[in-house]
Amino acid sequence: MPDGSLKLRGRVRAVLGDNIDTDMIYPGRYLNITDREKTAEHLFELAYPELRANLEAGDIIVAGRNFGCGSSREQAAAALKFAGVGAVIAGSFARIFFRNAINLGLPAVVAPQASLACAAGDELEIDLVAGEIRNLSGNRVVEAAALDPRAVELIAAGGLIPYLKRKYAA
Amino acid sequence: MTLAEKILARASGRERVSPDQIVVARVDLAMSHENADLVRKSFLEIGLARVWDPSKIVIVFDHRIPAESEKTATTHKAVREFVAAQGIEHFYDVGRGGICHQVLPENGHVWPGMVLVGTDSHTTTHGAFGAFATGIGATEMAGVWAEGALWFKVPPTLRIEVEGEFRPWVSAKDLILYIIGKLGADGADYRAVEFDGPAIRRMTVASRMVLANLAMEMGAKVAFTPVDEILLDYLRPRVPEKLEMIAADADACYERVIRVDAGEDILEPQIACPHAVDHVQPLSGLGEVPVEQAVLGSCTNGRLEDLEVAAHIVAGRAVHPRTRLVVIPASQQIYREAMRLGYLETLVAAGAIIDPPGCGPCVGVHQGILAAGETCVSSTNRNFLGRMGSKDSRVYLASPAVVAASAIAGKLAHPESIVKEGFPCLMEV
Repeated sequence: MPDGSLKLRGRVRAVLGDNIDTDMIYPGRYLNITDREKTAEHLFELAYPELRANLEAGDIIVAGRNFGCGSSREQAAAALKFAGVGAVIAGSFARIFFRNAINLGLPAVVAPQASLACAAGDELEIDLVAGEIRNLSGNRVVEAAALDPRAVELIAAGGLIPYLKRKYAA
Repeated sequence: MTLAEKILARASGRERVSPDQIVVARVDLAMSHENADLVRKSFLEIGLARVWDPSKIVIVFDHRIPAESEKTATTHKAVREFVAAQGIEHFYDVGRGGICHQVLPENGHVWPGMVLVGTDSHTTTHGAFGAFATGIGATEMAGVWAEGALWFKVPPTLRIEVEGEFRPWVSAKDLILYIIGKLGADGADYRAVEFDGPAIRRMTVASRMVLANLAMEMGAKVAFTPVDEILLDYLRPRVPEKLEMIAADADACYERVIRVDAGEDILEPQIACPHAVDHVQPLSGLGEVPVEQAVLGSCTNGRLEDLEVAAHIVAGRAVHPRTRLVVIPASQQIYREAMRLGYLETLVAAGAIIDPPGCGPCVGVHQGILAAGETCVSSTNRNFLGRMGSKDSRVYLASPAVVAASAIAGKLAHPESIVKEGFPCLMEV
């Protein structure tokens, strides 16, 4: 991001409701999987198996309020990221999930109107720094919260671990 | 300042802080359970040789004990090797501890005014000891292991004042389910919660832990109950050198103050219905709900007073033929005490099975998984879709007394339908 911007583009794969909890995103029975890449195999396994089957790289998940509520399990954010999800946009996020997503380099964008203003199949462009979502299919702008500069820095670095790795290697 | 503000100000070396400010706070204790394996991997990726301070890391195995699969056994082994290599002395292996949120206070790892982070969402439990205690993810914990500090956004505080006398068979669990039902699953999202008032100040430490624990289910970042003489009595033999009376300032600024009259507002046991913790109903509104399993345990309600009330209810009776009663003492210490006091004898005589101290079936891994079509009443903290097994099973969250009564009745039941005389010491000191 040479100009300080951080934009991404993708297609809305699904628009989900409120309170999508971490057990729906990633069932507890698979918590002993500690290879992050392998967590993707169990994304939405009980709640939305068809969604997982149809995901394509860069897809965007849109949801209502309190996305990721429940457990602190980082596998919920990891499974989304390694299944290829490019960003999650939600009305609000449960705090641990939000931090997990950013720490893993998965953009999590707060946009209260997103689940009303986006439909499955819409093509979106997200400006993480400006806090703006362009729905290219509906040709409209959806207001979003700008990511905290600290979060932008982590996303740009690819997550907290690459960020710290660089810090301590220097 | 509120309690959360005071602790964060001190931990970040500032005179004062206010909501939404971002501060970097030193961490006094970093707790992990089996997910220490994830933390370990991330930590090694950073490329550092040693953790910041091995004496400030506590690891407790509780989610899968004893190992239920070769895969888990392998991760347990990897963590043991890391613990030995790093010189982490506070490690509670299988048979030595129990559930992390019980093991920490029991063994003097928690005190008022500290900053405690844990790779478990129910780390909020330790707010019952006056700790700023919150859950974080594994990658973030790797950063803490490296640096001993973490950034926090200072949370606004929600104050919940509870007065009045609890009715018979209404417990701390019913109070917090009632509050979650009113405020919703994100009613305290990103907030600190201060529980206070005469009804809270009469509660046992174990019951206060129930409030701080379940505050997580309305999104709380941290949740406190008062630091008072009752708490200090608990802490005195465990952390004699760290006793401190801390409290919010009289002029602290709250985002919102909520008042509850325990006697007027909560008339009977409260139940969280499938599949959300905020789907709360009074027990009498649910009609006939047969249960195939009843679970008594977890970081929410697996303590001595919970086993005591259950033993009182099932004493001399038999668990209903269609129902399985699974009991899980929250720690080895509680297990031994419950044995000594005869509670386990009473429960087993009634037909209960005792799981080893740990998370048991609450995370949906082992020791009491539900089949499709089955219904469970549980003293645990989550009833999400598929939480305890099949996605076609259902979990009702309830107090230990309701769980025990339901096990005997074979359906959701009020304790007074089983035991005619009241039970005087539900949770008050």
